[in-house]
Amino acid sequence: MNAPVHVPVHVPRPVGLLAELTHRCPLGCPYCSNPLEMDARTSELDTQTWLRIFSEAAELGIIHIHLSGGEPASRRDLVEIVAHCAKVGLYTNLITSGIGLSEERVAELSRAGLDHVQLSIQDSEAESGDRIAGYEGAFARKREVARSVTAAGFPLTVNAVIHRANVSRAGAMVKLAIELGAKRVEVAHTQYYGWAKTNRAALLPPRAEAERAVAEVEALRAQYKGVIVIDHVIPDYHAHFPKACMGGWARRTLNVTPAGRVLPCHAAETIPGLEFWNVREHALADIWYTSPAFQAFRGTEWMLEPCRSCPRKEVDFGGCRCQAMALTGDARNADPVCHLSPYHDRVEAIVSEDTAAEAAPDYVYRRLQRTPAPVA
Amino acid sequence: MSTAAISETSVPRLPRGVRLKHDDARNEWLLLAPERILKADPIAAEILKRCTGEATLAAIVDDLAASFGADRARIDTDVRNLLAGLADKRMVEL
Repeated sequence: MNAPVHVPVHVPRPVGLLAELTHRCPLGCPYCSNPLEMDARTSELDTQTWLRIFSEAAELGIIHIHLSGGEPASRRDLVEIVAHCAKVGLYTNLITSGIGLSEERVAELSRAGLDHVQLSIQDSEAESGDRIAGYEGAFARKREVARSVTAAGFPLTVNAVIHRANVSRAGAMVKLAIELGAKRVEVAHTQYYGWAKTNRAALLPPRAEAERAVAEVEALRAQYKGVIVIDHVIPDYHAHFPKACMGGWARRTLNVTPAGRVLPCHAAETIPGLEFWNVREHALADIWYTSPAFQAFRGTEWMLEPCRSCPRKEVDFGGCRCQAMALTGDARNADPVCHLSPYHDRVEAIVSEDTAAEAAPDYVYRRLQRTPAPVA
Repeated sequence: MSTAAISETSVPRLPRGVRLKHDDARNEWLLLAPERILKADPIAAEILKRCTGEATLAAIVDDLAASFGADRARIDTDVRNLLAGLADKRMVEL
């Protein structure tokens, strides 16, 4: 694994690495992007292996490290990991639910050189927020965490995932982010992978409500210019063109799972037949440049029509491979969100079907041991 | 923010969470922020290196004009344009 890696000139260096340090998490958000089959604590990489990955990441040209999970604060070595990233010059972003992040721990992370904190909120109202998180008292705890994070001098981003239960309060969540002292807010309409796909009928908002939320947040963007930066992920299923998923497959970023598998995106394991390499056996650069899963959909050669001859093929890269797989059965197809896809009617059918019921079904909360029946 | 709104005596600095970094792998200057990477061309890099929270706008412009033997008015415009744009993105504090 220490042999020199042949670096192909046409493959760009990665800029970001999402480190899923653990799949353990106190919250049970039904839209979680983690896979349904999660890595158990016993299979997690040890501290030394993570430190080696981050050293290799810095050499490979990676700029941003996103420390995520699960809940990254569930790892006892979080401070040590942050300190190592800072030492090798990586920009560290902690993506947290806030649960398990005491004031003392925040101070330790600050001393270790953490650059930025991203805190999730589930709603602008406590009762609904706690219900969505499946955790009593989560909302109040997050307020405390936001206070200690900003008091320690960290720049704070608040992340809010939008779905049926909170779609009418998208604007209120932006205002809450400002109140919590955030300089940046991510308003992201749910993307239907992992647990969110299981819970799609409970989460997908009617089209009119999604569009109203988008317009409300766009209006706030102008109103709060210079106060808070709004990053807006608009609803996928209601779009005309697909998103440029991951900025193109294996073009900008990679994911490392708690057990060390390296993926081009967090949902890539839903595509059958891909061969993923593990950091326990391969160097990170080797995985980026030569592993089969990364080469599978890199560039545009793999594309079928209508993507192959599409003028937007270098703009959105045919959208999302995992969504093409999930909704058409072939990952090489155009993302069916695209209005040019011959399967586009399947997206329309899902939207009508899943939003038809008066009352949304109960959530299947995200748990490490998958519960077969809803536990609302 | 308009470029005229920046005072001569304001002291620009990169807020915590924003870093100017020379990327050795790509041999270029980058301005890093949460979820954002801006390439800093050589002129922008020289300006941002001086945004340490110590020098005033006027002092930075003087320094650049002296260091590069360039027209002060032109540099003043460049600096204001860069800083006003970055302030709107909350990547510079004034």
